[in-house]
Formats: sequence, C-alpha cells, structure tokens
Amino acid sequence: MVYILVGAAGFLGASLRYIMGVFLFQESAVFPFATLTVNLLGSFLLAWLATGLMVRFSLPAHIKTALGTGFVGSFTTFSTLSVETAALFLNGKTALAVLYIAASIFGGLWMSRLGFQVRKGEETG
Amino acid sequence: MSTFHVLLVGIGGFFGAISRLWVSQFISKRFVSDFPAATLIINLMGSLLLGILVGSGIEGSLYMLLGTGFMGAFTTFSTFKLEAIQLHMDKRKKELILYNVLSYGGGILLALLGFELGMLL
Repeated sequence: MVYILVGAAGFLGASLRYIMGVFLFQESAVFPFATLTVNLLGSFLLAWLATGLMVRFSLPAHIKTALGTGFVGSFTTFSTLSVETAALFLNGKTALAVLYIAASIFGGLWMSRLGFQVRKGEETG
Repeated sequence: MSTFHVLLVGIGGFFGAISRLWVSQFISKRFVSDFPAATLIINLMGSLLLGILVGSGIEGSLYMLLGTGFMGAFTTFSTFKLEAIQLHMDKRKKELILYNVLSYGGGILLALLGFELGMLL
C-alpha cells in the first residue's frame, strides 16, 4: 500500500518538476537554474513538512512517507545536478560548475534550515 | 511541452520513487549506521546511470521516461539536505563534510564515467 502511495506522489512530484522546468526556464540556458530552483524549493519544503505538518498533525505513517519521500523526494533530484555539473566541467565552464556546486551546497543547507526555523516561529508566534 | 511528455515523466517518477523507497529500506536494514548511507548510495547510483543514459545519446520520449522521470525521482536532493542539516545541528562536522564530499565529488565523477560508458553503448 505504501509503495503505491509513494509511487503516486512520485508521479506528481516528478511531473511538477518537469512542468516547472519547462515554464520557468529556457532549455538553452547556460546555467541550470531550473534544477537549482526545484532543489532549493524542495529542501525548504521537506524540512518544513518534516518538522511541522507531520509533527503537529498525527497523519498516518504512510501518508507522511508519501508526502516526504514520494512527493518532495521526487520533485527534487540529484542525478540531474551531477550530470549538469559534469557537463559544465567538460565544456570548460569551470567557474559556472563551481558556482552551481556552491549554490547547491550552501543554498540547500540554508533553505533546509529555513524550513526548520519557519516552523519554530509558527509554534512560538 | 506536451501532455504526453508530462505523463511519461510522471510514469518514470512513479517507478523511480518506489525504487528509491525499496532500495533505501533494503540498505538501511543491512547497514545499521548513523551515517545516511542509503541516500548517498542511491544518489551515486543514479548519477552513474543518468550519465550512461546521456552518454548513450537517448533523447525525446525515452529520455523523459527514464532520465527526467525515473532517474530524476529515484535520486533526491531534499532528503540529502535534510540529513545534512541534521548532521550540522548535531555538530557532527566531520560526517557532514564527508557526506558533502562523497555526494558531490562522487556524483560528478560517476556522471563523467557514465558519459564514457554510455558512449560505448
């Protein structure tokens, strides 16, 4: 049962990632903004869900897994990030590759942290 | 963008997400550790496999299904960051650095290796 739910949520997460990529950014863009945007957005969302929604509301375990692991997990991606960075290095765009990694490392941690803090603020505020 | 492409990405995402859950549970049961090894292994595997797909020159509908859909959803960034911020908050600095170096360094190297392997196909 949990597998079907996670799969259905994965269907929605992956589709949304694709749709956002198509609408927000051009395929010919030099810098992979599309992947970076969904990854940063998803990092915030997962931290916020994991510390907030799922703690505050006693949702069944399989719903939590579907939302976090299924939906947000599939909305964000790591393989595309690796392949895009490798391609930037291969094309001699070393500075852009380094910028992409730095933005993913620090931006991702910062957004994840923000997800935790927003929830804390909601609890005390 | 066509509805058909969205559907293909979604179908790939369906199986990618299920595979991630399955592999993650499989690894967590066998290697009991504080270190987030399951996500690391999944992300490294996916980087190699997506590299192979790209290197082999697969495009269009098949890439939507297997690349953007399946591999995109099989690997994950949000869980990786959630685990990393937890290591940071637990002040496990060495493990945090190791997790980042292995994920980014390994992921990029495996993607490059994948390009080469894919071109042989």
